Amino acid sequence: MTSQMTGAKMVVQALRDQGVDTVFGYPGGAVLPIYDEVFQQNEIRHILVRHEQGAVHAAEGYARSTGKPGVVLVTSGPGATNAVTGLTDALMDSIPIVVLTGQVPTFMIGSDAFQEADTVGITRPCTKHNWLVKDTNKLSGTIHEAFHVATSGRPGPVLVDIPKDVQFANGSYTPKAKAATTRYQPQVKGDPDTILELVEAIETAQRPVFYTGGGVINSGPAASQLLRELVDATGIPITSTLMGLGAYPASSDKWLGMLGMHGLYEANLAMHGCDLMINVGARFDDRITGRLDAFSPTSRKAHIDIDPSSINKVVRVDMPIIGDIGHVLEDVLRMWKARGRKVNREALHHWWSQIEDWRAVNCLAYKPSAGTIRPQHALARLEALTKDHDRYITTEVGQHQMWAAQYLGFEDPGRWMTSGGLGTMGYGVPASVGVQIAHPDALVINVAGEASWLMNMQEMSTAVQYRAPVKQFILNNERLGMVRQWQELLHGERYSHSWSEALPDFVKLAEAFGCKGILCKDPADLDDAIMEMLDYDGPVIFDCLVEKHENCFPMIPSGEPHNKMLLGEVSTKDAIGASGAVMV
Amino acid sequence: MSALHIKKGSTKHSAYNLRPTFSDVQETHTLAVLVDNEAGVLARVIGLFSGRGYNIDSLTVAEVDHEGHRSRITVVTTGTPQVIEQIKAQLGRIVPVHEVHDLTVEGRSVERELALIKIEGQGEKRVEALRLADIFRAHVVDSTLESFVFQITGTPDKVDAFADLMRPLGLVEVARTGVAALSRGI
Repeated sequence: MTSQMTGAKMVVQALRDQGVDTVFGYPGGAVLPIYDEVFQQNEIRHILVRHEQGAVHAAEGYARSTGKPGVVLVTSGPGATNAVTGLTDALMDSIPIVVLTGQVPTFMIGSDAFQEADTVGITRPCTKHNWLVKDTNKLSGTIHEAFHVATSGRPGPVLVDIPKDVQFANGSYTPKAKAATTRYQPQVKGDPDTILELVEAIETAQRPVFYTGGGVINSGPAASQLLRELVDATGIPITSTLMGLGAYPASSDKWLGMLGMHGLYEANLAMHGCDLMINVGARFDDRITGRLDAFSPTSRKAHIDIDPSSINKVVRVDMPIIGDIGHVLEDVLRMWKARGRKVNREALHHWWSQIEDWRAVNCLAYKPSAGTIRPQHALARLEALTKDHDRYITTEVGQHQMWAAQYLGFEDPGRWMTSGGLGTMGYGVPASVGVQIAHPDALVINVAGEASWLMNMQEMSTAVQYRAPVKQFILNNERLGMVRQWQELLHGERYSHSWSEALPDFVKLAEAFGCKGILCKDPADLDDAIMEMLDYDGPVIFDCLVEKHENCFPMIPSGEPHNKMLLGEVSTKDAIGASGAVMV
Repeated sequence: MSALHIKKGSTKHSAYNLRPTFSDVQETHTLAVLVDNEAGVLARVIGLFSGRGYNIDSLTVAEVDHEGHRSRITVVTTGTPQVIEQIKAQLGRIVPVHEVHDLTVEGRSVERELALIKIEGQGEKRVEALRLADIFRAHVVDSTLESFVFQITGTPDKVDAFADLMRPLGLVEVARTGVAALSRGI
């Protein structure tokens, strides 16, 4: 059963069939036929962003906070090239995104036509897959396949490039059920023999630790639930990457906090000293492992991942399990229960008392100062005043991002949206808008630094247009804080171009955008100012002037293993050797 | 060290690849990659190699199933065992890639390359070139009074050896197809 319609109509029909309710986009010449169809319907809501990069980041925020793919519609040429950063970001962080781009008519491709770019060529390395559709009859089938590829296996961004004549022409519509999706079917069930080996290891391990990542969240809510059950039943400590925060509740006593370069002391030392490491949906990123030849030297390692190319990529593992986290954890739990729910209680008890000693170091302690707001204090207060809200946090990239990961607690998956792999400054503002569009009644806060925030601040206009009451919590140190920190540690305190001069007056800027501006510089006013932000029914730009030269600790210097953490200002001189300097 | 008394790096459940994966030894492997013959598929494969810094020693591609639109890409690549494993896993991730076979580890295989080699010369050199061509079972596929074009088929080593011998005899141009390979037996 196929019906005839124009390519443009087909796009809207295919999105409807895929259950899409929101599209982030920006019109232009090569997508006008599709925009004409968008105009003539009410089921799909189109959010007009102010820059195509913002469209993709907003779609990422939408996708991460809902578990559904984010959809973007942009024009050819600059529309497509502006989307490239967002696509790369989504690829690195495994976020399902479907980008539809207009293209010049097929007969003009290759002629350097107005707003022509080789979109599939440019985006080939930054998408999971992409398509140039030259035949209207294949358009809807391709869009359905695109959704399938974006959301199956390890999720990621895909792009469908649609020439304008293909949008105008008539063709037959292929319904979702009939679209070809068989050629991409990643394995979801793990190998039972290796799962058994892991269960046996869990039963006998003396110093086990769960090292979890974004894969748990990508696998869906069931995976987070199973992880909680497994951790709570076995009593094994758990740490997580930046991407995995929220899969396991931060309020639990089994939770060690984030690990890695700016991870918690107890988490990193547990990773270093463990005898069984269970990697669940993480990828041994270099920000996690530190120096590879000294990474967790005494452990056997299990690695559960849906992407076979993640296995043995950087760290050799003993128990590779390729499969979907949800499926594998279900098998692990079932097998472990069937074999009598055994763990090495006595050894675990010792392990926990060791961890308690590390915890007692209290690595996140800071001295609040009376005169200026310390960024850690600002986040600790934000946490205290908002943790009971229905809260979603986005961030930009830099020191504030690490502090947010350290000082904010996440109880549920999908509540924390940050650019982990690519480290995209400018991610947070559009992502917060995307999250708020998906959750209109929730409290959405973008924890930002002033430099990152300025990179995509135009999206405040989007927030105002759609009455998205996003709260922009800017920790303003008038510095590129993380760059400045590295320059202090690595480059002889020569602060080359790492300060923000000629900053705007953020309160006036807020007023210019039509939102509320709040300036806070006195620790004594902080709580009231945060409450004022929370009480305001609309977007807020909160300019929080903080200590300018604060460094982010704890920190594993580049080129060092986990047990060589720096805890504070005292021990930082000459901490990074020459071989570490190249790894920054 | 481990409480489990299992040697670190144990691969007791592994059916193959018992060598340590992370070594510095460089190996050359021949991979056969079966793909959908669609626009951009070769660019995806080549882009993977250049983007991730892998080597391509040789690459051949042609459609081998005209009805099913399947192409076979034969890649000869060099890397550490870990890199070779990564290459195979990364190739497997590409959506239009259906199968990846490592002919170097999956039993014995046959590898052949075809080359066209042009010789210019007269007199004794010309006779010597013909004599050597006969020894190498190369065929003359074009001839003028001052030149030959030889067609030679064989392993890359054989083609190298023939080209080296032809160099002092007036070799002016070489065109090589790159390696095509199939596993032996069934």
